[in-house]
Amino acid sequence: MELADQIAQYLVSGLSTGAIYALIGIGFAIIYNSTDIINFAQGELVMLGGMFTLFSLNVLHLPLPLAILFAVAAATAVGVLFERLTIRPLKSPTPLALIIITIGGSILIRGITMMIGGKDTHAIPAFSGSEPILIGTATILPQHLWIFALTALAITANKLFFEYTITGKAMRACAVNRRAAGLVGIDVKRMVLFSFAISSALGSLAGIIVAPLTMTSYDVGIMLGLKGFCAAIIGGLSGGIGTVLGGLLLGVLESLGAGLISSGYKDAIAFIILLLILFIRPQGLFTKAQTERV
Amino acid sequence: MLSAYREIVKFLLLVAIVLLLPLLIQEGYLLNVMVFVGIHSILALALNLLLGYAGQISLGHAGFFGLGAYISGILTATYSINPWAAMLAAATLVTLLAFIVGFPILKLKGHYLAMATLGLGIIIYIIFNEAVDHTGGPSGLSGIPNLSLGGFSFDSDLRNYYLIWTFTLVAIGLSLNLVNSRIGRALRAIHDSEVAARVMGVNARLLKVQIFALSAGLSAVAGSLYAHTMTFVAPASFGFNFSVELVTMVIIGGLASIYGSLLGAALLTVLPEMLRAFQDYDIIVYGLLLIVITMFMPGGLVKGLPGVLTALRRKAAKEESGDA
Repeated sequence: MELADQIAQYLVSGLSTGAIYALIGIGFAIIYNSTDIINFAQGELVMLGGMFTLFSLNVLHLPLPLAILFAVAAATAVGVLFERLTIRPLKSPTPLALIIITIGGSILIRGITMMIGGKDTHAIPAFSGSEPILIGTATILPQHLWIFALTALAITANKLFFEYTITGKAMRACAVNRRAAGLVGIDVKRMVLFSFAISSALGSLAGIIVAPLTMTSYDVGIMLGLKGFCAAIIGGLSGGIGTVLGGLLLGVLESLGAGLISSGYKDAIAFIILLLILFIRPQGLFTKAQTERV
Repeated sequence: MLSAYREIVKFLLLVAIVLLLPLLIQEGYLLNVMVFVGIHSILALALNLLLGYAGQISLGHAGFFGLGAYISGILTATYSINPWAAMLAAATLVTLLAFIVGFPILKLKGHYLAMATLGLGIIIYIIFNEAVDHTGGPSGLSGIPNLSLGGFSFDSDLRNYYLIWTFTLVAIGLSLNLVNSRIGRALRAIHDSEVAARVMGVNARLLKVQIFALSAGLSAVAGSLYAHTMTFVAPASFGFNFSVELVTMVIIGGLASIYGSLLGAALLTVLPEMLRAFQDYDIIVYGLLLIVITMFMPGGLVKGLPGVLTALRRKAAKEESGDA
């Protein structure tokens, strides 16, 4: 029975990290679908979510709900600013130039955060205590429940936005065919800006809700960002359920691998999965091949 | 013929500078910095062959550099194999590895290629940290012997300087030769349009993998040289940040510019030494450089600076004529 208990425990923690990866992954997908850019700075926005929350709790002394709102708004502003200042003015947006610029941006954001906030790792209080709740044989932290609830909420809101609002529909049109969208009068540049705003908001939210479990510091963005990307790749860069499943799958595999095989190689698991998917099924696990990604 | 002649003169000029530089700088610290400029030049050159000429990005080259260093280090420090043999083994193994993983990896393009090479680099980095029995883990591997020739050991800064720069000059010479050959033209054709290159009869797939393997092998040689001059290696030198630093060197110096790689490597090696007061904040400078150069000087310094100068001169001339 003990092994089964352990596995149940790994599943719980795997699913909650997976939800985080899914949120970050959807951020990647939204930007990719409207611009063909893989935003290497996405992870830094996740990090900013945690760091801005810390800042508004400790320096501005805001209550937690306000601190979260402030952090999401601030990180979104950074994401939007980044698009306006570096990506939009680019004269020849070749893939290579975009990769280099978003990498440069990520280094810059990380460096500035380190300069202002220091290199220490900080704890953020859990949203509602840390008294474990017993479910069957596994225990679950209240923060895990927050993660599941807020992730589900964010993903649903995101889905509703893209399905039922004019702006959301316009952004989907841009994803299908940017030129045609422009021809029917959609302001494509504005939609690109929106896509950066939405994905920054989702990313920072992910960074905020995971921070009470994992602590936060200036350099948590790299790994979280890359794993979010991995989730998006598994999901075939869909802005919806594919990436959610991808994130959950990745989280669970990682947690099982770390628990049953070796915790030292935990981070390697995500990248091995990433390489395998890219080699074998670059269109993702759940989609049929449609666009040329290779 | 004239351009070939000029290439040779340029190269000989570089050789002369390298030979005579120790007359100017005799201080151990500066020589040591120049040793690093040499090693970084080889790495930037290797990456430029892939990135600048074939147009394929790699964000995992620090991994190949590290593999070279660790293979050489482990073979000599743990198994007491001759350092030259170890260097050869490192280069061969890494070239082979890159050739094998090159086939699936280089099928990918753009962002996908960037992410895949990044993933590969991180996996290698994690292995350096976790395979403690062989690599010594995060605290590193020490006791790596210096290279020696006959009874002559490369154990001082000056000797290392000449050793490293001999390799660097050979690498530059080979690269110049390569890019001005049929293969170099084929690579540039792939860079401009892979489809067109294929139509012209270039085996694009194989050529990309070959250049990837060559680039990785050259990086491994640099890693091996690094291990034998430092006599100590630790995983921290081979992480993602260093891969980005290498890409920065190539971009700053100029894509598809051999001497640009030299300039980029020199700048990014000397600059942090000058920015010592800023400690870890030099990374901010890299980030800014990457963005600014890509936005305003996509050809890098070697191609960009002359353009900026002529533009300034033209502007000055225009103002003069406007005044008159």
